[in-house]
Amino acid sequence: MKINWFYFSSPPRFYALAGRLSPLFFALALLLATLGLYLGFFVAPTDFQQGEGYRIIFVHVPVSWMSMFIYLVIAFWSAMALVMKTRISMVMAQALVPTGALFTFLSLWTGALWGKPMWGAWWVWDARLTSELILLFLYLALMALRAAIDDERRADRACALFALVGVVNVPVIYFSVKWWNTLHQGASVSLTRAPSMASTMLAGMLVMALAAWAYTIATSLKRARTLLLEREGDSEWARRQLAGDAR
Amino acid sequence: MDLALVLFKRECALVLRKPGDALSAVFFFVLCTTLFALSINPEPQLLRALGPGALWVCALLASLMVVGELFESDWRDGTLEQLLLSPLPLPATVATKALARWLGSALPLVLVSPLLGLQFELSGSALLLLPFTLALGTLALVFVGSIGAALTLGLRSGSMLLSLLLLPLYIPVLIFGALAVAGAQNGSGFEAELSILAALCLLSVFFAPFASAACLELACE
Amino acid sequence: MFETLDLGCCKGRRTLFSGLGFSLAAGEVLHLSGSNGCGKTSLLRQIAGFAPLQSGQLRWQGQTVDARSLSWRARLAWCTHQPALKDELSVGENIRTSLRLAGVEADDEAIQAALAQWQVAAQWPLAARLLSQGQRRRLALATLSLLSRPLWLLDEPFNALDDAACRQLWQAIHQHAAAGGRVLFTHHAAVAGVRVLALEDFA
Repeated sequence: MKINWFYFSSPPRFYALAGRLSPLFFALALLLATLGLYLGFFVAPTDFQQGEGYRIIFVHVPVSWMSMFIYLVIAFWSAMALVMKTRISMVMAQALVPTGALFTFLSLWTGALWGKPMWGAWWVWDARLTSELILLFLYLALMALRAAIDDERRADRACALFALVGVVNVPVIYFSVKWWNTLHQGASVSLTRAPSMASTMLAGMLVMALAAWAYTIATSLKRARTLLLEREGDSEWARRQLAGDAR
Repeated sequence: MDLALVLFKRECALVLRKPGDALSAVFFFVLCTTLFALSINPEPQLLRALGPGALWVCALLASLMVVGELFESDWRDGTLEQLLLSPLPLPATVATKALARWLGSALPLVLVSPLLGLQFELSGSALLLLPFTLALGTLALVFVGSIGAALTLGLRSGSMLLSLLLLPLYIPVLIFGALAVAGAQNGSGFEAELSILAALCLLSVFFAPFASAACLELACE
Repeated sequence: MFETLDLGCCKGRRTLFSGLGFSLAAGEVLHLSGSNGCGKTSLLRQIAGFAPLQSGQLRWQGQTVDARSLSWRARLAWCTHQPALKDELSVGENIRTSLRLAGVEADDEAIQAALAQWQVAAQWPLAARLLSQGQRRRLALATLSLLSRPLWLLDEPFNALDDAACRQLWQAIHQHAAAGGRVLFTHHAAVAGVRVLALEDFA
């Protein structure tokens, strides 16, 4: 049997699929987040060094993972858009950017909230924190670039090219910040390497990570649907869809 | 190769006919470093500690200015379209223009940098190393910057956007350039940083023209 | 034979033209006509390979060509209202450099002769910034004949030209066609004696 990889690259099919999947993933995200937060806040034992304050890692670590992963996904869809020239790839890349920026911002915010009681400062020039901040700049640059270009095709391709240039640079940036950091501060404070992590802690974190995944998928599909309608507003299927929504 | 030489000569002629444009980046660099020195307490200890970083940040901002106008005039007067129709491959065109621009605008900046280093009371070895790191660094910055210049060609608020796009990408060069000078300053060695800076420079000189060429094609649509 | 098959252009949500095809034999001149905003320039830019083909293909002597390849671009001469002159350089330097960048080795006498036909030879040593708009156009058009490229793409070439220059342009176009070249130009008004392709027919 031959699999048609491009079956869902047709906008109406994708639109229908996304419409069916996105509520499912929203429900899943809600369920997992409730479970994860319950595990994290009530089941996981109190840390003997950091007390109750450490519990913010159940939010902080999953959103940080997600913020970096989303950038990779954007780069993947951008490459697909440039090589295969499928419109859905570009819509997906565009739809993921705000979620990525949101997670990056949350990661910085929760990091600051955690840092204040742990290190006594809202902000430390730690390699990971700094890289996360630069990642936020990259997300903002992507959004600004799209906003500045009127022509949709040029905006798509310019953002795709910039996302790829960025993804090549992210490891270099991380490496250089780490180099700079170790020279200036000696060994940096480790954020995630807790001495011995209780299995409930790990479980809570993993469940929260899955919740972040589900949330990302749900929002990006939802956003992609809207973007598709906006872009293909005058095509037959989009008109039918809009008429159906109005009814 | 012949064609690249023709283009290179024209770019150099343009710089020489209007030296003021090319040198404005140097004036900016000089002013900016002076302001930096004025804004802090002129204690030798403090100046020496801040010097390498301050000089590098100013050089980085100056090269942002260098890059801003890289394709703008060619785009406005239709030369860019004619260059696209030239037998010279577009990445070679970009590399030639970036190199000429670097020679015209960034090299003078590199040459005056030891004088400005004196303002910050840098030690002898740091003063010697500063122009080398700046030469390698600004070359990398101009080539990476050509990508941003091509992306923002002809856009509203292009220069604001240019800095937003480029500053994150400039961070590695800034870090290793400033670290190398600081290393020479306090005698803790600079070879590793200098080699990494050279590697960054080579990589960007080699790869950036291909990315900028793709972005330029896009801007000409 | 140069052929276009099934070309189309959409701007945003509006289709400017679709299913556009024509052929242009050696020595033929084709006038693209149409009102403002009907896609004349977009069509030329697609053929020149600046904008990507949104549909269809270009064929040269029966072979499909990649409009973004260097080999295709080496066949084109492109002229718009932007004359591609550098203000800082003299007229002579400008023309010499742009010819060499286009891969043409022309000696100064040949260039001067071409400029003399367009009555801009006297401007040779002047800086380009001293030229008037019309003189700039004349220079850009004078370079066309020196380029020796088989397909001319001219976007509104008659704009900002006086009567003498218009006559000279007609002469240049007919000379190019007589030598086996092809010319594709846009013009808003009707022109007598030239094959016309009305873009409105493909809207």
